[in-house]
Amino acid sequence: MLKIVVIDYNMGNLFSVRKAVEHVAPPASKIEVSSDPKVIMAADRIVFPGQGAARDCIQELQARGLNEVVREVALTKPFLGVCMGMQVLLEHSTENGGVDCLGIFQGEVKHFNEVYRERLKTPQMGWNEIYHTQENHPLWTGIADGARFYFVHSYHAVLKDKALASGETEYGIRYPSALAKDNIFAIQAHPEKSAADGLKLLENFMNWRP
Amino acid sequence: MGLAKRIIPCLDVDNGRVVKGVNFVDIRDAGDPVEIAARYNREGADELTFLDITASSDNRETIVHVVEAVASEVFIPLTVGGGIRKLEDIRRMLNAGADKVSINTAAVFNPELVREASGYFGSQCIVVAIDAKRVSQEGEPLRWEVFTHGGRKTSGIDAIEWAERMANYGAGELLVTSMDRDGTKIGFDLALTKAITDRVNIPLIASGGVGNLQHLADGVLRGGADAVLAASIFHFGEYTVTEAKQFMAEQGIEMRLS
Repeated sequence: MLKIVVIDYNMGNLFSVRKAVEHVAPPASKIEVSSDPKVIMAADRIVFPGQGAARDCIQELQARGLNEVVREVALTKPFLGVCMGMQVLLEHSTENGGVDCLGIFQGEVKHFNEVYRERLKTPQMGWNEIYHTQENHPLWTGIADGARFYFVHSYHAVLKDKALASGETEYGIRYPSALAKDNIFAIQAHPEKSAADGLKLLENFMNWRP
Repeated sequence: MGLAKRIIPCLDVDNGRVVKGVNFVDIRDAGDPVEIAARYNREGADELTFLDITASSDNRETIVHVVEAVASEVFIPLTVGGGIRKLEDIRRMLNAGADKVSINTAAVFNPELVREASGYFGSQCIVVAIDAKRVSQEGEPLRWEVFTHGGRKTSGIDAIEWAERMANYGAGELLVTSMDRDGTKIGFDLALTKAITDRVNIPLIASGGVGNLQHLADGVLRGGADAVLAASIFHFGEYTVTEAKQFMAEQGIEMRLS
């Protein structure tokens, strides 16, 4: 039986994430939303969502003793980071005056207006295109290059190693909107709110054998 | 290419049922929120807004069940408005699967609610709904005031200044409804949306007055809106969302087409 755990660290509601995962998971799967390190460590696959501010995300992870657990499972299991669950995988975010993050990907998270100086509405809210930069990544199977996903964010990733960008999106600048290496895939958009293509990505994650 | 403009059908919900005619040929039960939401999703709606018009506070819980039921089956963003007065109301909606809540009258009477809510839940889920009505006389510079209680009472607050203040308080988006145009089918008050979007740097949803597809396109092209909200033209079967998106795309507007 496939055990899928959605990590709960009090950052935003996980109802939609859980429902979307249930929608695409194989029939015999067990889906749990949990903040218990034991449950997380015992999972076959990890979904790591998040919304809100970087400082709060990191504080909530620390308060639950989950930093090391997340680092551990991110290195050992199929791992899907979503939205803030992607951003905190980088080394540092300039949000809230500067916050050190988990450092699983080298690079930084910056506000759109730090990078792009012209008037740009933030948050970026709505459906934008993701261009596949790792064309053969299994999570893009059946999803058109340039398919639109639902985004809500004011900060974006700046990668040190551009080869780790799996997808890119344009909003004022072109930025990495999906990151991938080894068993980790992380996406800035919300697949659980991105209609058929979002569900397809989640389904691909369920079948992924990194 | 980049971020698409959005079309948002708005559904009125009374005691857990969608009201004010939804005429879809393939829908068995015109009042079922899940069936209607699924249909709009198939047509390519970019988001859905549910406006709870339940009068009795005893039946307020019904909207929570509606949101849960829809969010379990339809995987696009959902906004809930109507009767949101305190942090606890917001938490309940978000936990039920809403992505955003829209705050209207409560923001006018307690602007701090917007600051607290955006600080607590994040700006991305806080929409401030502004019902604005022209108060300037013929020949005077245009001026709008914020109205409350469904457009019946003026607050005396200048709508443009209010929009700016709400953005500063952390609103993630503004839903701007022209009370002069609402229900008229003669198009958005484009001067209103333009005046706000020129001053405020958060996304704006235009609402009130849509009677045809050109009105939707004008909201974006001339009013500067990031999204357009409409109810009756979709519910009464005059146009499908698919047709509306196609039309807007033909006018050169970037849309999500599938």
